[in-house]
Amino acid sequence: MAVESIDPKLLERLYRSLLRIRRVEEEIARLYPGNDIKSPVHLSIGQEAVSVGVCEALEPDDVVFGTYRGHAMYLAKGGNLDRMIAELYGRIDGCARGKGGSMHLVDVAAGVMGTSAVVATTIPNAVGYAYAMKVKRDPRVVVSFLGDGATEEGVFYESLNFAALKRLPILFVCENNGYAIYTHQARRQATLDICGRVRAFGVEAQAIEDGDVFRIHETAAAALAGLRSGRSGPQFIECPTSRWREHVGPGEDFDLGFRSRDDEAHWFEKDPVAGLAAMMSPDERSRIDAAVEEEIAEAFARAARSPFPGPEELARHVFHER
Amino acid sequence: MNDSPVRTLSYVDAIREATDREMARDENVILFGLDVDDPKAILGTTRGLADKYGAERVFGTPLSEDAMTGAAIGMALAGLRPIHVHIRMDFVMLAMNQLVNMAAKSSYMFGGQQHVPLVVRSIIGKSWGQGAQHSQGLYPFFMHVPGLKVAAPSTPYDAKGCMSAAVRDDNPVMFVEHRILYYQNGPVPDADYQVEPGRARIAMPGTDVTLVGISYMQVECMRAQRYLESAGVSAEVIDPIWLAPLDIDTIVASVKRTGRLLVVDNGWTTCGAGAEILAAVSEVCAEGPPLPMKRMGFAPVPCPTTPSLEAHFYPNARTIAAAAYDLVRGAPQGWLPAERDDLKSIEFKGPF
Repeated sequence: MAVESIDPKLLERLYRSLLRIRRVEEEIARLYPGNDIKSPVHLSIGQEAVSVGVCEALEPDDVVFGTYRGHAMYLAKGGNLDRMIAELYGRIDGCARGKGGSMHLVDVAAGVMGTSAVVATTIPNAVGYAYAMKVKRDPRVVVSFLGDGATEEGVFYESLNFAALKRLPILFVCENNGYAIYTHQARRQATLDICGRVRAFGVEAQAIEDGDVFRIHETAAAALAGLRSGRSGPQFIECPTSRWREHVGPGEDFDLGFRSRDDEAHWFEKDPVAGLAAMMSPDERSRIDAAVEEEIAEAFARAARSPFPGPEELARHVFHER
Repeated sequence: MNDSPVRTLSYVDAIREATDREMARDENVILFGLDVDDPKAILGTTRGLADKYGAERVFGTPLSEDAMTGAAIGMALAGLRPIHVHIRMDFVMLAMNQLVNMAAKSSYMFGGQQHVPLVVRSIIGKSWGQGAQHSQGLYPFFMHVPGLKVAAPSTPYDAKGCMSAAVRDDNPVMFVEHRILYYQNGPVPDADYQVEPGRARIAMPGTDVTLVGISYMQVECMRAQRYLESAGVSAEVIDPIWLAPLDIDTIVASVKRTGRLLVVDNGWTTCGAGAEILAAVSEVCAEGPPLPMKRMGFAPVPCPTTPSLEAHFYPNARTIAAAAYDLVRGAPQGWLPAERDDLKSIEFKGPF
């Protein structure tokens, strides 16, 4: 995309969001060996553009459902950073009061409805939420973030069918990083044409092959406009992307032999954080960088100061407390 | 409610009435599942509701138990109060991930930010060769999981009150029905009322032995009580009504009076509801005198289809009476009452 055609405000928002997610997760990775983070972490580093591009197209009260690799979605949708880090630290100020951890981030006020450790599990939850929006004549739309592995689960196809049958206001976003843990898509799927399979269910589908955050944003915005106006039924966007770190944990996994650094090199070259940084004026960039660093430092410091939940918390919230 | 007319209703009509009343009271209540809007209307329990409330609030679903359960959870998160119906409890196995990993845990693992007001109805089958995959009482699976409530009403009165309470509950409730209970008729007030979670009922007071009958086995226990009465044994019969939360206090108080306990489960005994009740009573009564206790339930095999084998698969009023009689006498007596016409089990005939 030509630089001159980009709205500078949009550029600034996208850059800030991409950088913020990248730096939060780099801090998580840096601090992880200190054992203050008491949670498995599935880092989104390398995949940020998908969440950032899609969530930029959402209204604050639209809702998203996601996966255990959910830091990027949570932050891009406006989930509270302090409460996310406190959750990773297992503290009472965490978004789930220290009972959910990294894999179950939630911020209902921001429209982050929850994430699941079990692959594909939130897909039908998102569909049900969309059904409620339709029945209630509520104009909000729903985004279901899922991975390529989730497209191998039966519930994905059941969910597509019901969403199409009822013409629900939902956008499915497949973050295809090519791997289910260490197993490549080609070793798991007889054909790699996820969009083709989706279309067979009567759901419009398109892929954005290059991971460009502006293109993801534009495509999502167009799909969401169709949903909001009622012109279109459920939509599906596949975003090939790249997981730069290991499946779970702070490190890389190129030493394991299942993929090489060269395999992912074309994604490193397309790093959206560096790409958007280069599009901005140095002054503006350093202003944003400084603000992001300050916010992150404060979030980790607050988390470290927050108390652990006391024993009285153990039995709370098994059932709803009015 | 005291002035409310009390009618004789069937179990079917009690469930239908409770559903109708809750849907009329709260527009967020919606009803769906395979075939809820078809001509058979889930054996009559959903009859007329699709016409009354429209296709958005009452609808048959694709054959997608997993996704529809997940969708029900999503609807609940958005403020609806779904009732999801399975005409066979066995089909709920297709939805276990959503029930166990999401519905039961959303309140807790999201730190109280989410809750899931959801009712999952399912019906246990019995007889006429329904066999291994249409006759299972799998409710202990759900009793095991924190975050789920389990109701198993046996009377029309409790069916209506439990359904109303389940719909108004802010948590997931597994609502366990039994095909043979659909033939039950009984007094049901016209007024709205709730049979709240965690309260058992003494269905018949007695002094010599406590019988706890779960779901349909409550009916067989009530018949067993009559056989025992004719043999000079006074049985107290308790219907737990709700299995989770379980009113163990009422059962313990009864056992302390009678000194003996027989739990008759509508499922297998291993890790079953009966096992849980016996264990809980044992713990509470550990300091007292030894308590003769026994579990009964399905034979530890898949349910066979032929009547000649099925007869040995289920407890019945006579075998329950015989087991209770032995508990009271303290040793096997070899007594098995002759079958009485007035205490015969309803013979279910097909096709379905």
